[in-house]
Amino acid sequence: MTPIEVRFKLDWPGFALDVDLSLPASGVTALFGHSGSGKTTLLRCIAGLERAGRGRLVFRGQTWQDEKTWLPTHRRPLGYVFQEASLFPHLSVLGNLNFGRKRTSTAGRIALDQAVELLGIGHLLERKPDSLSGGERQRVGIARALAVSPEILLMDEPLAALDLKRKREILPYLERLHDELDIPVIYVSHAPDEVARLADHIVAMEGGRVVAHGPIGETLARVDLPIRLGEDAGVVLDATISAIDPTWNLARVDFAGGSLWTRDRELPIGKKVRVRVLARDVSLALDDPGRSSIQNVHPAIIETIAPDDHPANHLVRVRLGDSRLLARLTRRSADQLGIAAGQPVYIQIKSVALME
Amino acid sequence: MLTDSDLQALGLTVRLAATTTTILFMLGTPLAWWLARSRAWWKQPIGAVVALPLVLPPSVIGFYLLITLGPNGPVGQFTQSIGLGTLPFTFWGLVVASVFYSLPFMVQPLQTAFEAVGDRPLEVAATLRASPLDTFFSVAVPLALPGFITAGILSFAHTVGEFGVVLMIGGNIPGVSRVASVQIYDHVEALEYADAHRLAAVMLIFSFLVLLAMYVWRPGARKGA
Repeated sequence: MTPIEVRFKLDWPGFALDVDLSLPASGVTALFGHSGSGKTTLLRCIAGLERAGRGRLVFRGQTWQDEKTWLPTHRRPLGYVFQEASLFPHLSVLGNLNFGRKRTSTAGRIALDQAVELLGIGHLLERKPDSLSGGERQRVGIARALAVSPEILLMDEPLAALDLKRKREILPYLERLHDELDIPVIYVSHAPDEVARLADHIVAMEGGRVVAHGPIGETLARVDLPIRLGEDAGVVLDATISAIDPTWNLARVDFAGGSLWTRDRELPIGKKVRVRVLARDVSLALDDPGRSSIQNVHPAIIETIAPDDHPANHLVRVRLGDSRLLARLTRRSADQLGIAAGQPVYIQIKSVALME
Repeated sequence: MLTDSDLQALGLTVRLAATTTTILFMLGTPLAWWLARSRAWWKQPIGAVVALPLVLPPSVIGFYLLITLGPNGPVGQFTQSIGLGTLPFTFWGLVVASVFYSLPFMVQPLQTAFEAVGDRPLEVAATLRASPLDTFFSVAVPLALPGFITAGILSFAHTVGEFGVVLMIGGNIPGVSRVASVQIYDHVEALEYADAHRLAAVMLIFSFLVLLAMYVWRPGARKGA
C-alpha cells in the first residue's frame, strides 16, 4: 500500500509547523509529543480542519491538498474522533451515529452495526448524549466516526479528557480497533503508555517538527530518542502466550530471542500480546546472579551505552536474540561494572506490562 | 367591545408584524451567521449599524427613510422607475421601515445563539460528510433554536410596539398604516378615553403574554438550571 504523503508548512504567531513525512498506510501511527508540539495541528491539517498555506497531502493516490487542490473536510473519506466526544446534543445516540452514515454513499448498514458492536453501545442507542457517562460518550464518538466507513481514522487524544477509570474502560475497545480494523489509524497522544499499547509506528514531534519516526519496536529502543520519556523510557516486544503455570498463577510469554514469566491474566495459550518492558525495571549483572528474587534473567549483549535524561543515569541497550531492551542504570554502577559495547552480560527483568 | 376600526387596526398590526418578522428571518439569519462567524475587520462597523435602531429615536429613522424612499430619494426614484410608485404611506413602506427598525431584535439574539454553538459542532459535521450549507441547517439551526424563538418573538413584539416610525413613514391611513398604537393615539387625541382604554388593555395583555412566553421558553429558565 502506498504510504500517505504529508507535507505541511504553517506559520502562526508563536507557532510554526514544518513537516515532511510518509505515513504508513496501515496500522496505528501515533503522533506523539508533549503539548504544544504540533501533533494536534498536524492531525487537523490532515483532516482539512486547518489549512496550511503550503502543503501537499496525497492519500491512496487521491490528492487532498497541493498548490492547486483543496479538498474540503466533508469530501475527504476520513473518520475523526475529537478529544471531547462532541456528540450533537440535539440528536439521540442513534441520530448521532446516523448523521454521517446517511451522508455517505458507500457506508451501508453493516458499518453501523459493526461499529455499534465493536464499541459495545447497542444498549445506548435511544439515549440522549447528556445522559451518558464520559466513557460512553467517547465510545459513541468513535462509533460515529467508524459508521461512515472511513478509509482512514484520525483520533485526537480520545482518552485525554477522561479519568483513569474511564480510560481503562475504553482502552480495550481501542485495542479491538487496532486488531480488527483494516484501515490506517492516526492517533495523537502525549501518553507513552497509550502509545506503547496501541501504536505500530511512532512519529515523535517537538516544536512543530518531527524529531523521530519509525516502527514502534525500533523507535522506542533508540537510546538517542530526542524526546524525553523519563520514567516511561522502555521497549515494546511482540510476544505470544506459550505456557501457563497454574500453581504460581504465572504465564510465560515468548518473544523473538527469549521468554518471560509474568502474572497470569487468564489469556489463552497462543494469544498474541504486546509486552512493555520499562528501562527502569531492567538491571544488569556481569555474572549469572543465581539465587535472586528476580526470576527473569537472560544472557544478553550490550549494544550501546548512552547518557540518559538525568546526568546520574545511563541508558543501555542490550540485544537478546532478535529483540532489543533498554536498561537504566546509574553512571556510577556502569563505571564500576566496567561495561562496554559488545560485552556479554546478564539482564534481570523485574516486571513487565502485558498488553493484549 | 372593540369598534370595527379598532379591529381593523389590530388586524393591520398583526399583518405588519407577521410580514416583517418573516422578512427579518430571511434577512437576519444570514446576517447574524456572518456576524457570528466572520473575522473580517468591517464586521464591527456592520454590527454597529445593525444596532443603531436600538439607540436612535424612531422619528430619526422614520425621517431618513421618508427622504430615501420618497419621490426624490434614491430608492424612491428607483421604485418609481420600475413602476411601483413610492413606498411612503403604503403598507409595504411600513414593512420596509419596520424591517430596519426591528433588525437588531432579530440579529442580536441570533448572533449570540450562533456564537454559542461554537466551531466544534460544525467541525464534527464536516468530518461526518456534511457540506457547509447542510451543516447550517442540520446542526447550527437546531442548536440555535432557542435563539430563533427569542428573535422571532422579540421582532414580532417590537414591530407591534412601533409608533414613531409608523407616524413618519406611514401616516395614519385606515387599513393601510393605521396600526393599533396609532389608533390609541387617535382615541386619546379625540378624548375617547374608554376606547383608548380597551385597545391599550389588549396591547398590554398581548405584550405581557409575549414576554411570559419568552421567559418560559428560554433555555436558561429551565427548572434547576
